[in-house]
Amino acid sequence: MLLLNASGCLDALVAPEVARSLDAFVTKTVTPLPRQGNPPVRIAEADHGMLNSIGLANPGIDRFLAEALPRLAELGVPVWVSVGGFAAGDYASTCAALDGLNEVSAVELNVSCPNVESPAEGAAEIVRAARASTSKTLYAKLSPAVPDVAAVALAAAEAGADGLTLVNTIRGLALDERTLRPVLSTASGGYSGPALRPIALAAVLAAYRATGLPIVGVGGVETGRHALELIACGASSVALGTVLFADPGSPERVRGELAAETAALGLSNPLDARGIALSGGLASLPGLAKYAD
Amino acid sequence: MRREPLRVAGAEDVGPYRLLRLERGSLDPGAPGQFFMLSPPGRLLPRPMSLCLAPRGELAFLIDPIGPGTRALAAAEPGERVGVLGPLGNGFRLDVAQPLLVGGGIGVAPFPYVSRALGSPPAILGFRSEWHAEAAALLPHAEVVVEPTYVTELMPSGHDVLACGPEPMLRAVARLAPSAQLAWEAPMACGYGACYGCAVEIDGRLERLCVQGPVLEAATCSC
Repeated sequence: MLLLNASGCLDALVAPEVARSLDAFVTKTVTPLPRQGNPPVRIAEADHGMLNSIGLANPGIDRFLAEALPRLAELGVPVWVSVGGFAAGDYASTCAALDGLNEVSAVELNVSCPNVESPAEGAAEIVRAARASTSKTLYAKLSPAVPDVAAVALAAAEAGADGLTLVNTIRGLALDERTLRPVLSTASGGYSGPALRPIALAAVLAAYRATGLPIVGVGGVETGRHALELIACGASSVALGTVLFADPGSPERVRGELAAETAALGLSNPLDARGIALSGGLASLPGLAKYAD
Repeated sequence: MRREPLRVAGAEDVGPYRLLRLERGSLDPGAPGQFFMLSPPGRLLPRPMSLCLAPRGELAFLIDPIGPGTRALAAAEPGERVGVLGPLGNGFRLDVAQPLLVGGGIGVAPFPYVSRALGSPPAILGFRSEWHAEAAALLPHAEVVVEPTYVTELMPSGHDVLACGPEPMLRAVARLAPSAQLAWEAPMACGYGACYGCAVEIDGRLERLCVQGPVLEAATCSC
């Protein structure tokens, strides 16, 4: 079980000690060309969560490879590179540029950013194009805002994804309390935080049932208990997003809380509980029949 | 990098503002102009606040209760805990020959601490009303103006200006004093470079204010 950050929720070069408290660092999404991102205002607190509309600000793949990646490699933390684009070819070219680089442990395809124009191709086609360009471990980060998450997950698996990341943010909007104008410059943005927890649980469970693939569960995790719930729904790793903003010590805290939850149940590994939400919960585990009702 | 839950030592009204005093814990007050992220009780995101005063064993922040987060901070009771991360950002350069502090509204917040570090240099504060101007008590030697008079009408030339206040004031100060140091504010979710929310235009590019600032040289800003 790996504890990661959600892409875009940590800059390891500015806060290396936070990155080192994770099992792997996931970069902010990299696109073929540099992007300034969206104009301010880019963030807003909302009921039960927050909104962001950063818009994939990043230096582009060339500067990322020349300037950021060598410094990230020195941190001593495995690096997952989040890859984005506006067409399947964008993903393929960036994956090709990353293929063969020992500094890159895995690639996460961001096929679900709510703050930029979506690629015309679907997730499966993007995964297929990326798969043809790299032998790296390939995760597809999916949106929960689709009619059938399981179908998208299965299509990504059949296209060659080694794993899935669920969920990305979903689109939301907040109004200024005085003027009733949208707070964000782009009006709507990606909604994250505690409100995503039940959405993430449902999406992870559906994707796990459909594919059985390794899954990074992400969405509103604030405690070890929340991480355990994602694992029970089928996550094999857990990523922290919004909680990192308020609490950069959260990786260490969540890790400790998850270990305590696991130990209290008499389990040797949190992954012993993987997917048990589908099979009768804790009572399905040896020695835990007392949780039958 | 660790958020520390600091106990509220006390809080006093200063005009429409609230001076929130927290027990310091193990946190360093940092350099004048640096800021801290304060987690309001019951809210998801912390709010950036520059340090106003550093009494012995305490950190004091001037809060303008204008939204749900700042209202929750202003309502914090003695004994309650507030999560605090910091000090963050760069702070003012203090190696200046003829400092002049220029503050507008809640922009007075960092100057009591700055003033102590600089030996009480001259200061000009502007407020929108006499009620708001009660905050000038935090900087007793300052000249004070109330709208429709603006701080820029009193600014002498030849000084090294350190300014904090609303954007129109900072732009006006920058036109009069191109070498001024300006303390900006922007919505921030984290304060330590993680969220990319606090983008401002610096030298024509969008940069994170929490990483590059919050104090910027006037010449580099899109003024």
